[in-house]
Amino acid sequence: MSRIAARFAALKAAGRGALIPYLEAGDPDMATAGAILAGMPAAGADLIEIGLPFSDPMADGPTIQAAARRGLRGGATIDRTLEMVAGFRRTDADTPVVLMGYLNPIDSYGPARFCAAAAAAGVDGLIIVDLPPEEADLLEPHAAAHGIDIVRLVAPTTTPERLPLVLAGSSGFIYYVSITGVTGTRTASEAELALALPRLRAATDLPVAIGFGIRTPAQAAAAVRVADAAVVASALIETLAGSLDEGGHAGLDTVRLVLEQVRTIADGMRPGALPLDPAKGSPLETAL
Amino acid sequence: MNLSQTLPPVPAAGAGDPVSVQLADRAAADRAAVLRPNTLRSGPDERGRFGPFGGRFVAETLMPLVLELDQAYEAAKRDPAFRAELDHYLKDYVGRPSPLWHASRLGAELGGARIYLKREELNHTGSHKLNNVMGQILLARRMGRTRIVAETGAGSHGVATATVCALFGLKCVIYMGAVDVERQRSNVFRMRLLGAEVHPVTTGAGTLKDAMNDAMRDWVANVADTYFLVGTVAGPHPYPAMVRDFQCVIGEEARVQMQEAEGRLPDVVVAAVGGGSNAMGIFHPFLDDPDVALIGVEAAGRGLDSGAQAASISRGRPGVLHGNRTYLLQDREGQIQEAHSISAGLDYPGIGPEHSWLHEIGRARYVGITDDEALEAFQLCTRTEGIIPALECAHALAHVAKIAPTMGRDQIILMNLSGRGDKDIFTVAEHLGVKM
Repeated sequence: MSRIAARFAALKAAGRGALIPYLEAGDPDMATAGAILAGMPAAGADLIEIGLPFSDPMADGPTIQAAARRGLRGGATIDRTLEMVAGFRRTDADTPVVLMGYLNPIDSYGPARFCAAAAAAGVDGLIIVDLPPEEADLLEPHAAAHGIDIVRLVAPTTTPERLPLVLAGSSGFIYYVSITGVTGTRTASEAELALALPRLRAATDLPVAIGFGIRTPAQAAAAVRVADAAVVASALIETLAGSLDEGGHAGLDTVRLVLEQVRTIADGMRPGALPLDPAKGSPLETAL
Repeated sequence: MNLSQTLPPVPAAGAGDPVSVQLADRAAADRAAVLRPNTLRSGPDERGRFGPFGGRFVAETLMPLVLELDQAYEAAKRDPAFRAELDHYLKDYVGRPSPLWHASRLGAELGGARIYLKREELNHTGSHKLNNVMGQILLARRMGRTRIVAETGAGSHGVATATVCALFGLKCVIYMGAVDVERQRSNVFRMRLLGAEVHPVTTGAGTLKDAMNDAMRDWVANVADTYFLVGTVAGPHPYPAMVRDFQCVIGEEARVQMQEAEGRLPDVVVAAVGGGSNAMGIFHPFLDDPDVALIGVEAAGRGLDSGAQAASISRGRPGVLHGNRTYLLQDREGQIQEAHSISAGLDYPGIGPEHSWLHEIGRARYVGITDDEALEAFQLCTRTEGIIPALECAHALAHVAKIAPTMGRDQIILMNLSGRGDKDIFTVAEHLGVKM
């Protein structure tokens, strides 16, 4: 059983949803990103998503665009990112790691060589934003040969007729892009999710993660009531960005602040542990 | 699918006895009959590919929209009413056909070949861009879209888009790199007069690539009512083919006009290439005329090897950006590099996928012209023909100035004068050291 399947099976047995925090490789430098990665499982990460920086991240909002620029300045090549994952694997054999990125750097590296290197480093899955099912044949055979899951995106625009095509090549889990928009902008309403998720559930047995726009513990908790996992990205990146000094270098408390936020969100997702804020009413209403 | 893209070349008949040579010749001829493409104009295939180039590399959110657009465009192509409506607007609003001008003073100054200019700068809004914009806006209306988003480099595509949005009363949002907003400020003012919202884009180098990124982000966030009006022969399928089809009116007219003027086709067709829409528009109707050489002129900026250029074919390699596989300026890690050109319209690190294919099969040749050479040609054309060319097509003019003297007086060059240079006078003045 793959690490991703094993982790979702364990979570299901425990009756709770997964938190998938995101970090950008090299943001603001390789060492800091590596320290954040290393601390994430203890802070409550069930799976971890690592962004491979690209010069032109078309699906991302300003927050992750800036993270990608810092990551590239911080020296995040594919090789160095895989080295970081390999370092993480020396201390954590169980937490699944999924790389998210755009096709061109992988295409340039060579899809076969990339999948071999990623598998050797301990990468479990790939989310390639600009690789729709129609073009996926350039990567999928290599990923399959190395036991790497291809996590496909399903969007609100994905039609019922199209859904089987998207799901057919998916493995690991399904990433539901909960809004039509770029990352870190809007948050899907409960009504939108309540409409979309049953349709998706009926069409696949794979776990479903919800991403794009989940910022708070309450939103993450709401997401895992209808899905299996919540991806939190821009909110963490904002915390990181806010902790940097004027030169864009890591502050003394950068790693601590990001990991504390991961922990706060993880705690907020556990049943009965929702942090209540009387001033804003029920956390669910605030979130949704 | 074009067979020539995938099948191996016909082997030459080897040496041997006369019969086996004859048989080998026959076999080769039979193979050639099967393999020889009837036309180079049949692409792309059903996956939107020209050989290995093109395709549809977009996020899942956009994929259903791209497929919907493909269907809508195919239906429109088959509908005579769509063609009739487009022809009406091309004639009475755009002002087509555009003239073919024998540039005899320019030719006399250079010596050698006779030079003909296809006067696309005389179209309404001053460039070839309106041909494509008019086609796509009619399609957008058929699809019920009410909000138009476009990227622009020099502003020619933005002005053309803002113009048709004014004509049809549609909301118009233009993304333009902040650097381009500065160097093309007269076009920015035009767009705003026409009622468009112009968003300066400050990410990256603040040029066309960054404008394209933000236009695509806008589209993904506003899928319900928005039509993304791509200005060049690039992007996910069907854009490269559709924009080409709308621009082919340039080459189709020029073929007829050349026959009328000279009784034959030109020896060489020259056009500037950024994304490549004006070049594709004039090249495509000549693709199946093997005696017509096709030359695309890329921006060599401060020199092809200066590190400051926009010559994707001469100095790039294939990769995937903005929805298609094509030649790109990129580093060894696959990160896209910033382009540089004095011309905002050529300042793009990619090129349309069909150009990449024409380059790889050798049907078209791509050369580089520097900023300085373009500036010189800009002045030459202005002085000898009384035509102020856009800096984009000044690159094509500079290459014409290089090759015309090497050709005979009986030879003919056809060049696409794709835009007028009024928008560029500030840039040119600055480079000539003139304070305005």
